[in-house]
Amino acid sequence: MQEVNWVALIVFVLLFALITWLGFAAAHWRKGDLDQLHEWGLGGRRFGTFVTWFLVGGDVYTAYTFVAVPALAFGAGAAAFFAVPYTIIVYPILFLVFPRLWNVCHKHGYITAGDFVRGRFGNRWLALAVSITGIVATMPYIALQLVGIQVVVGALGISGSGLAADLPLLIAFVVLAAFTYSSGLRAPASIAIVKDILIYITAFTAIIAIPIELGGFGKIFAAVPAQKLLLAVPGANTTGAYGSYATLAFGSALALFLYPHSLTGILSANSSGAVRRNAAMLPGYSFMLGLLALFGFFAIAAGVGNLPEYAAGFKQFGNNFAVPALLLHSFPSWFVGVAFAAIGIGALVPAAIMSIAAANLYTRNIHREFINSHPTDRQESQIAKWVSLIVKFGALVFIIFVPTQYAIQLQLLGGIWIIQTLPSVMLGVYSRWFNDWALLLGWAAGIFAGTAMAIAVNLKPAYPLMLGGHTFPGYIAVYTVILNLIVSVVLTPVFNALRASKLPVDQTVAADYLA
Amino acid sequence: MDDARAKHSGWSWWYLLFLLQMILVLWVPYYNRAEPNWIGIPFFYWYQMAWVIISAILTAIVYRATSR
Repeated sequence: MQEVNWVALIVFVLLFALITWLGFAAAHWRKGDLDQLHEWGLGGRRFGTFVTWFLVGGDVYTAYTFVAVPALAFGAGAAAFFAVPYTIIVYPILFLVFPRLWNVCHKHGYITAGDFVRGRFGNRWLALAVSITGIVATMPYIALQLVGIQVVVGALGISGSGLAADLPLLIAFVVLAAFTYSSGLRAPASIAIVKDILIYITAFTAIIAIPIELGGFGKIFAAVPAQKLLLAVPGANTTGAYGSYATLAFGSALALFLYPHSLTGILSANSSGAVRRNAAMLPGYSFMLGLLALFGFFAIAAGVGNLPEYAAGFKQFGNNFAVPALLLHSFPSWFVGVAFAAIGIGALVPAAIMSIAAANLYTRNIHREFINSHPTDRQESQIAKWVSLIVKFGALVFIIFVPTQYAIQLQLLGGIWIIQTLPSVMLGVYSRWFNDWALLLGWAAGIFAGTAMAIAVNLKPAYPLMLGGHTFPGYIAVYTVILNLIVSVVLTPVFNALRASKLPVDQTVAADYLA
Repeated sequence: MDDARAKHSGWSWWYLLFLLQMILVLWVPYYNRAEPNWIGIPFFYWYQMAWVIISAILTAIVYRATSR
């Protein structure tokens, strides 16, 4: 590894100290009684349009995304750009479904998707399935955020062996755990504002300065090998790379706002109007993500992959080192410090929100439902605070002792699992037509088939589906959620006929879904 | 379905703008090409980046049109 970059390190540490202070001070921001779960875990639903924009933006466009998408562009080329159509079509979905969900959750004091499903369908087991799926899908995602920190810490030149190597990560996580515990969702919300300003400064500076340095976009794209520049044209009888690209974008978009941390961000808004306005404003982050994807090509054109000073970094972190290497290569040390701090802090925001979301799910839909049905407000928020610590500690242990590759594969499986809650949550927002047990069996079919398909292709996202002599390579999440829907639709009349006399009560009424 | 849909129809024709953008950004064969390039950026890339901006504008239009 290279020498320690002191200037960059000092800037990095100073910015980290600033957000640590901010994270603790946030407890007093729009002050509420943090002994209530909706105050600790949803910031009291007090965030207006702009804070929600920063919070949800910092939440769903994670540090890992900012490292992994350009890394994919660097390694695989055009296929990485699916992140752009993905983050375009996610917003009509946000606009159409989630303001209704916000309304009904606000009306009934729901904090999680599990709460909503429990109230809507009156089936605690279906709610349990939705909640466990959420928690399990979130855990590897938290672990991946740590990869973002590891990469930038490594790029600052800090290395060591054994415990010393993990020390910076440990410090970052103790800080994260402490301010999440004390301030709840207010901490990531306030930090997100600082972090996003840093990210925007980095992205827009780089998108202007680096192409000038490299002699213009024409030269940059000319340096990208032809087979990486565009998607491979499919052969006969297959939809080829086109099918995978489109279904990955579509399936990822369907799944994104089903993740507990996305929902937590949305529910903390102060009105459903703020959610609708954000559907038009959040594409600002999609644009930046597209620019960052291009950084992968900048890294190819700058030739950082062949420079000896970065060889050790690439060896340790693979293509994830492409962006840090590009920044080190192109900018003075102090600016590298700013950019790396943006990535490092960028990991803390989603990690905090994810652990809060998982804690809310456990507290409401497992502990309250199955262990202690009448906790006091104080007990409830105390349980959530402890669970948020346990969840983060689990992620830390995972990333230190288990190869990163497993976290990536589990996160991939998480996307296939979380989409199986779509019929209960997203369609549930529009209709009570489905039978609760039919939804549960549909969920099980989707989880089982999705896991089997993913294992069959060695944990890749796309499965080559064969139909009538044609091959349709496509995102497993899309294929299996269709299976899930078919099972739910077919079994709904069957289950309704079996126990027509005793349908569970729907706590919600149609007016609850409207502003 | 819900009473609300009859009383206060959830549907708006403006939502067709969403359908339009979904089709245009997911129809990969249309945009998987290098030409016409723009300041050296292949069509594949600037087309999709342009749609990020267009989609935000379309969503803002739908928001205006459907807010009472």
